[in-house]
Amino acid sequence: MRRFLRESFAVARIELIKLTRDPTELVSRAVQPVLWLVVFGQVLAHVHGIYTGEVGYVSFLTPGILAQSVLFSAIFYGIAVIWERDLGVVHKLLVSPALRASLVFGKAVSAGFRGLVQAVVIYLIALATQVSLRADAGAIFGVLGAVLLGSGIFSTFSLVIACIVKTRERFMGIGQVLTMPLFFASNAIYPLELMPRWLRIVAQANPLTYLVDLLRGLMIRGGEHVHAYATDFAVLLAVFCVLLAIAVKLYPTLAE
Amino acid sequence: MNASSESGAPAIEASALTRRFGALTAVDRVDLAVRPGEIFGLLGANGAGKSTMMKMLTTLLPPSSGSARVGGFDIVREPAAVRRRIGYVPQLLSADGALTGFENLRLSAELYGLPRSERAERIGDALGFMGLADAARKLVRTYSGGMVRRLELAQAMLHRPAILFLDEPTIGLDPVARHSVWDRLRDLKSDYGMTVLITTHDMEEAEALCDRIAILHTGRVAVVGRPDELRGALGPEATLDEVFAHYAGGGIAEGGDFAGTVRTRRTVRRLG
Repeated sequence: MRRFLRESFAVARIELIKLTRDPTELVSRAVQPVLWLVVFGQVLAHVHGIYTGEVGYVSFLTPGILAQSVLFSAIFYGIAVIWERDLGVVHKLLVSPALRASLVFGKAVSAGFRGLVQAVVIYLIALATQVSLRADAGAIFGVLGAVLLGSGIFSTFSLVIACIVKTRERFMGIGQVLTMPLFFASNAIYPLELMPRWLRIVAQANPLTYLVDLLRGLMIRGGEHVHAYATDFAVLLAVFCVLLAIAVKLYPTLAE
Repeated sequence: MNASSESGAPAIEASALTRRFGALTAVDRVDLAVRPGEIFGLLGANGAGKSTMMKMLTTLLPPSSGSARVGGFDIVREPAAVRRRIGYVPQLLSADGALTGFENLRLSAELYGLPRSERAERIGDALGFMGLADAARKLVRTYSGGMVRRLELAQAMLHRPAILFLDEPTIGLDPVARHSVWDRLRDLKSDYGMTVLITTHDMEEAEALCDRIAILHTGRVAVVGRPDELRGALGPEATLDEVFAHYAGGGIAEGGDFAGTVRTRRTVRRLG
């Protein structure tokens, strides 16, 4: 277990070094959430287009956009892994005696760092748009855990796809086809009750829905969450474990 | 579980090693024995099976049939034990340009589980050995091609492996950088007694560096021997190029597929 953590951290630390050395990408990734929350959110709140109960639409939307940022920045890991494969980095990692699980988990932790940066960005936007945020320790730790878990899920999912398609061109196509439906077939920008029945069923099988549900309860004062926190966390953790197990099996095939 | 170098057993031993990709047999029942402490060259045109051989021996690719032992351990049943005993430098420049030389080595040190107390010293030694001590804190993307290669050698030797695998180690390097890489490889052999397996399609490299070579042709070993021995067998004036043409039925530069060419060009571009 100590070995697993040491190796995972060694892989994840690389990401941390790169993020601090060249933060331009973090800035560019902050643009999209601003558009959603400041433009899209404000307009829909103004026309009262979507009924979201006591909390206003922008407050309702904020956790959804955090979940979306986590999804979009984590999905990028598949491309990064294909790039590493083309450079021979994957081969070098796999020739090392490190546990295959460490190599995969290390990537998930790397994605977690990015997710946390996104969370900071969203909180800053939320402060600027005067969303009423929860600031108790339980809520903050809960959000941290949710963001790390969500980043782990979607980056590992992306890694699995990368291991299957193996080329950048194919990944680009599939990445688009997967991320948009994950986003729209979730409760990120509208509540489940507004969905037609079939879509609600799809949304309830979508891990992003559970992430949004968690964040909605934990981030926003008076935010409504459909499931108990424990249920949301359990679902996310189970999905993460399954994806990790698949990724550990598939990752070595990248070097073949 | 005998340690190969002590008992005199081969450092690398393949028997009937075979790998098929669909209908194509990339490596076809290859028998090979590499002695401890020698620099051994696998020669062949692109597509002859060199890279597939190397991937199997480094545990990256499971064989379709046959077996091999590396450092005394079976590549299929004991891959973790094999990995601890080998170092590997891929053909592509795999050092991370966004990190410093030191950071690249630290990653290896951690993945190979070197004790924390020894890490800094071992990294310093490896960088010094490869003539990179002054560049340790610089980003690798500012290195020359030869420096990147030497950094990768430092990375591969950091855990003092018994056997080093190098895939086209000097491809795309200028003559000065090539010679500096060769010198370092000879030093690794003489100072640490490392066994070195390289793939190459460069006759000059094979001649200058290798104690013995095997010429691969369409997945089979056409001939094994010392470079001078192989030349001598063909006639007093024979060059290694002619030896190659004789056994592989064509020039070394022929053959190759699109993907291989793209890969080579990409490496060369990164080096330039």
